[in-house]
Amino acid sequence: MIRLTAIKRVFKMGDQDVFALNGVDLSINSGEYVSIMGPSGSGKTTLLNVLGLLDRPDSGRYELDGSDVTDLSETEQARVRRDKIGFVFQSFHLVPRLTAEENIGLPLILSGVPHSERQSRVNEALRGFDLVDRAQHRPAELSGGQRQRVAIARATILRPTALLADEPTGNLDHKIGAEVMNLLESLHHAGTTLILVTHDRELGARAHRHIAMRDGEIVADEK
Amino acid sequence: MNLRDTLEISLKTVVSYRTRSILIVLAMALGVAAVVVLTALGDGARGYVVGKFSSIGTNLIIVLPGRAETAGGFPGALLAQTPRDLTLEDAHFLGQLPQVKRYAPLNVGVIELAAAGRLREVTVLGSTADLLPVRHMKLGQGSFLAHGSEYSAQIVLGSKIAQEFFPQGNVIGQRVRLGDRRFLVSGILAVQGESMGFNSDELVIIPIGHAQSLFNTSSLFRILIEARSRSDIVSAKESILDLMKRRHDGEEDVTVITQDAVLATFDRILRALTLGVAGIAAISLAVAGILVMNVMLVAVSQRTSEIGLLKAIGAPSSDVRRLFFAESLWLSLAGAVLGFVLGQFGSLMIRLVYPQLPAWPPVWASIAGVTIAILTGILASLLPASRAAKMNPVKALAGR
Ligand SMILES: Nc1ncnc2c1ncn2[C@@H]1O[C@H](COP(=O)(O)OP(=O)(O)O)[C@@H](O)[C@H]1O
Ligand SMILES: [Mg+2]
Repeated sequence: MIRLTAIKRVFKMGDQDVFALNGVDLSINSGEYVSIMGPSGSGKTTLLNVLGLLDRPDSGRYELDGSDVTDLSETEQARVRRDKIGFVFQSFHLVPRLTAEENIGLPLILSGVPHSERQSRVNEALRGFDLVDRAQHRPAELSGGQRQRVAIARATILRPTALLADEPTGNLDHKIGAEVMNLLESLHHAGTTLILVTHDRELGARAHRHIAMRDGEIVADEK
Repeated sequence: MNLRDTLEISLKTVVSYRTRSILIVLAMALGVAAVVVLTALGDGARGYVVGKFSSIGTNLIIVLPGRAETAGGFPGALLAQTPRDLTLEDAHFLGQLPQVKRYAPLNVGVIELAAAGRLREVTVLGSTADLLPVRHMKLGQGSFLAHGSEYSAQIVLGSKIAQEFFPQGNVIGQRVRLGDRRFLVSGILAVQGESMGFNSDELVIIPIGHAQSLFNTSSLFRILIEARSRSDIVSAKESILDLMKRRHDGEEDVTVITQDAVLATFDRILRALTLGVAGIAAISLAVAGILVMNVMLVAVSQRTSEIGLLKAIGAPSSDVRRLFFAESLWLSLAGAVLGFVLGQFGSLMIRLVYPQLPAWPPVWASIAGVTIAILTGILASLLPASRAAKMNPVKALAGR
């Protein structure tokens, strides 16, 4: 359960103030599938960053699963991020030196899952995302679709409550993008809250709730 | 992230940036190796000098007539007034001092030696039986001067003299003539070569009484005294000066040189030298540290988006800091170990090429080199690691 109240995020550009988020109120229930659309620069990424506790709003409150997380310390926010949030990025953000399975296993290391348990959980993820024969490959040896599958496997290996995807198909061709969308939607079907930022009207339409942004404000919110 | 994972991941990173890592490790290793090799050289030089000194005798005290102009210096320049001579009697009295283990009076001169139809001027030492142990000489064949006789007709030849006069060998028992006196060869010195200005291979040794007659003198060139122990040297020196003053009517007109004092001076100088070169080598380590810091700073900025990713998936700043910290720890550890090995190898090569130089790296230098390398690595990583830890995750993800 996510509740944002009067969130503002201001960036200084020279001597101008840019309101990336200008008073956003937003509630999202667990298990919802929400798309966020809007022109470039309308504040979509900033909103996801605030939702994922990567960025702090300049004002407003953020309540996550019943507790106020606005003023948590950096370390506490990192813990919440690790346990409850999964990020999927347009540009995958895999660690180039690590193999697919090592990339997938990173969150397990961060959360201190014992060594013995890690491999079986990574193997499960490799099977689930059809990456078994790519386990030992480095990102440079993977196709775009495979890379995004590795990224999604990494984002979900700790079973977060919310998956935040920022243009996850933006770097993929149509067919591969559709496959990745199916994957994300299957995760939503399994109970994960899915929040999808996209430019693509067709993809956005597949969500169950559609939010439109402009100039840092939510201008439409339809089921 | 636990320690083991931190070390594992950082090691993987170090290994995967191969060229960069090799360069850093080499820079570190050269610094450590320089510390090890240079101190080995310095300490080897010290050992060489100390060895040379003790080869002329241990706990050696040298008494010579005349007073040195400057205290503690070598008695090269003497005061204008003619000093009183040292005599055999003086030597006997000095020999009775409680701190004295043994002593050898010494006279030196050059006389013609005739034997086996050959003729040549040689340096003649007149002394007693105890010259052999006091002066750490070694006998090659036969026997040295007999104890208790200052007038036995014995002569001991330096190895080169023996070879020159009796090339066919069978030297012991041969007759030789020095001036107007005849001697029987009783022994040959072992080959020793040049040591502290004396080439013992090219001299002959006869009993002191004969020497004084041959040189037509009743005085001594010097008296060599061996103190009972190292700790007796200082009091022995005092007693010697005291006794000589009494015997010379209250006039302090002898010079006493203790080999210990000379040795200590050399020891101090060469130790300081070793420390100095170690310090210079340590500076090269600090330079390597600056290199590590630079490379780590570049690494942090190159891996900005990776740092952002780590934070996005929930790594706290402390984990990020430790990862970079561990990376430079690996690098400096590898550098230290490689440098230690290189240094030991370098010292070994020096010892092989110059066997007379005991170039063993001192333990303290190896420990210091390795410790400084690791400390440098740690220090050099502090700034880059904290820069990485403090990165704003949103900006970092964007690669800014
Ligand atoms: N770090 C930043 N510094 C300055 N301005 C920023 C920063 N991040 C975002 N902005 C500005 O905030 C506005 C919203 O950006 P963003 O959330 O990235 O929009 P979107 O994802 O919808 O394209 C834009 O005008 C952008 O230029
Ligand atoms: Mg965006």
